[in-house]
Amino acid sequence: MQAVLDAMAERVREAAGRAYHLRLCGGGSKDFYGNSLVGEPLDTGDYSGILNYEPSELVVTARCGTPLAELERSLAENGQMLPFEPPHFGPGATLGGCVAAGLSGPRRASAGAVRDFVLGARLLDGRGRVLAFGGEVMKNVAGYDVSRLLAGSLGTLGVILEVSLKVLPRPAIEATLRLEAPQDKALEWMNQWAGKPLPISATCYLNGELSVRLSGAAAAVRAARETLGGEEVRDGGQFWAGVREHAHPYFAPESPLWRLSLPSSAPPLSLPGEQLIEWGGALRWLASAAEPRTIREAAQRAGGHATLFRARDKSAGAFAPLAPAQLKLHRELKVAFDPARVFNPGRLYPEL
Amino acid sequence: MGEAVPVARIDASRQSEVVRRLREFLPARAVLFEDEDTRPYECDGLTAYRRSPMVVALPETDEQVRRVLQTCSALGVPVVPRGAGTGLSGGALPLADGVLLSMAKFMRALRIDPIARLAVVQPGVRNAAISDLVAPFGLYYAPDPSSQIACSIGGNVAENSGGVHCLKYGLTVHNVMRVRGYTIDGEPVDFGSEALDAPGYDLLALAIGSEGLLAVITEVTVKLLPQPQLARVVMASFGDVETAGQAVAAVIAAGIVPAGLEMMDKPATHAVEEFVRAGYDLDAAAILLCESDGTPEEVEEEIARVKQVLSDAGATRMRVSRDEAERLRFWSGRKAAFPAVGRISPDYYCMDGTIPRRRLGEVLRFIGEMESKYSLRCPNVFHAGDGNLHPLILYDANDPDQLHRTEQFAREVLEKCVEVGGTITGEHGVGVEKIDQMCTQFGRDELEMFHAVKRAFDPAGLLNPGKAVPTLARCAEYRGMHVHGGQLPFPDLPRF
Repeated sequence: MQAVLDAMAERVREAAGRAYHLRLCGGGSKDFYGNSLVGEPLDTGDYSGILNYEPSELVVTARCGTPLAELERSLAENGQMLPFEPPHFGPGATLGGCVAAGLSGPRRASAGAVRDFVLGARLLDGRGRVLAFGGEVMKNVAGYDVSRLLAGSLGTLGVILEVSLKVLPRPAIEATLRLEAPQDKALEWMNQWAGKPLPISATCYLNGELSVRLSGAAAAVRAARETLGGEEVRDGGQFWAGVREHAHPYFAPESPLWRLSLPSSAPPLSLPGEQLIEWGGALRWLASAAEPRTIREAAQRAGGHATLFRARDKSAGAFAPLAPAQLKLHRELKVAFDPARVFNPGRLYPEL
Repeated sequence: MGEAVPVARIDASRQSEVVRRLREFLPARAVLFEDEDTRPYECDGLTAYRRSPMVVALPETDEQVRRVLQTCSALGVPVVPRGAGTGLSGGALPLADGVLLSMAKFMRALRIDPIARLAVVQPGVRNAAISDLVAPFGLYYAPDPSSQIACSIGGNVAENSGGVHCLKYGLTVHNVMRVRGYTIDGEPVDFGSEALDAPGYDLLALAIGSEGLLAVITEVTVKLLPQPQLARVVMASFGDVETAGQAVAAVIAAGIVPAGLEMMDKPATHAVEEFVRAGYDLDAAAILLCESDGTPEEVEEEIARVKQVLSDAGATRMRVSRDEAERLRFWSGRKAAFPAVGRISPDYYCMDGTIPRRRLGEVLRFIGEMESKYSLRCPNVFHAGDGNLHPLILYDANDPDQLHRTEQFAREVLEKCVEVGGTITGEHGVGVEKIDQMCTQFGRDELEMFHAVKRAFDPAGLLNPGKAVPTLARCAEYRGMHVHGGQLPFPDLPRF
């Protein structure tokens, strides 16, 4: 593996010296995400393998090219899981891509996001140096928390070579309930329930139907089922996998797909197009051909932001524009990590 | 602990210039410079380091904070932000040529939203006060550092503070949604969101735990959680500390994530029992406190499993709290561990290393060896669930040799923590205290990157300079001094 790493580092130094760009490629499952891909591919898939997994420490460390499916299988064999339930968006999904994209799945609102479980990382920076931040312990405040900064940086700060993640035991029991309600009522319920000690691990609202997943000890799930009411759904596992992977029929149409991240208590948005709501109201998918500006302004008014998640035309920019002071800090950080602008130029913002 | 703080004189003409400029927009009572007025700010919770600041500024509004920063930036005066001053690593140690920026007057809760389960507060609001404020809604703020009655949320953000419930509920970084404030140039910044994410880099994660080196915050939005309906704690005794350590691993391996999992060794329980009468087993070499919280059904199920696992792992005695009063009494000893130890020794020095749990036995044996080597006692309290050790070295500061031995003792233990794959600080921060040990934990390239990150926010290096990240020159010198386990090369050479 050292040879693979040395070759990657050499390639980065060459790119920096000769002023050409590299685009980082894991399994390619999230190539659709962000702005356009620029640069010669740098394949990270060969830098693969689980380095350390101690179930009793609740920590796993693996190389970036490790297939996400393989990692999850190892955890499942020990009754554990990645708590943020990451979407794969394709069979080739790798751990590096998962952390770089920073996308979390249905369990996000109750368990936390990718960044919440990152404990440490090794990074190949824009000068071809290998840097280590954080570690394999739960609590570590030595130095700036660079490893969490890498989650969601879309490869623009460097190649995430290795990551250490906190993992958790799988819940003993899961059950999915379905209730009927109009959108405003469903939002009200989701926010009320989240303020009560109920074992809700996922929610999804679509077309008058609210699906709720309960996870935990058998007795707690049973008690919550009584409290919430509704009908129990048989194929719950398949349903949540479909929502997570965008295999659910809602995601089939060709119209642009927007991801609106809002305060969970934001009232229903009146925007043209169909919505699917997750995360207790904090994540609203919108399939809509409306003007990007209209959608972004509505998200901003509601206290959040809108990402153009999947679309043929991303000329409006995949991500909500940053305020000038924020953009300045982003530029300066990019210079600190990748002064020659080798990695994934423009994928996050045109200025980076 | 690093070397003693060099004595520095305050430049009187510089001082009067800074005072004059600050008084252009701050009332006279908010700008302190007389020795007797600045003395209360000479140290934080790490009292071994003291230094009077040139000037203390006590702004009350965002606009005043912005102007203090702009003014200092224009004059090239360094700024040291300070919360409640309870920090244990000297992060708020003043500079003789700097302004100490106290955020103590930022004490208001700005908004509580029980539906969205968040509270927007000013940084001077005390940690425990947040939970008190939101208790009527059945909500609370989860991170609970043992100083929670006194420490402020702003300081918690600066240090990424933990507490006894971190394993299940996370650190400050997991429970803060947004911070707003200013860079050293007085530019407003806004990291995070009331949504679950914000566009671009996760600057919130970077700001939390940055020890006041990147920005000064004036507003914090915290996440609130529903109060658990019930909590009960199992107190288990063990015949030796290593068996107790293995029992901790067994609990986790059984798929249980307890709300709290704490260990105390015999010297610590003895010190505490005399002080608070928590009902600890004084014959045990170590006790574990394992808390379960949730619905009554969940707690009942989990407590039964915990008892089974601990019993299989060799617990010699077990008691389960019968009611809330008894639960609080079991915890009272753990929470009072530091003051209790303060009663049995003139001074104590608290370490904060974190290690992989499986190396616990080895590290505790090592600490035992260090007790003999340096002839100093060292009771241990331990956030066992997340591997965070707080060994307390007992010493007498009036004896310079004891102080010196304590420093050597602490240095060896922290280096051991790094050697076994852990860290020099789990939750107290680097500050000035562990700045030399940063040279053990990180290499030249990482330290260079930390300085580059700092420059991205503060190119002139005026915000809390000299803390958290050592200069490369300092590390080169430190590494040269400590190559062979504390044996100086050329020990006969004089060093200054």
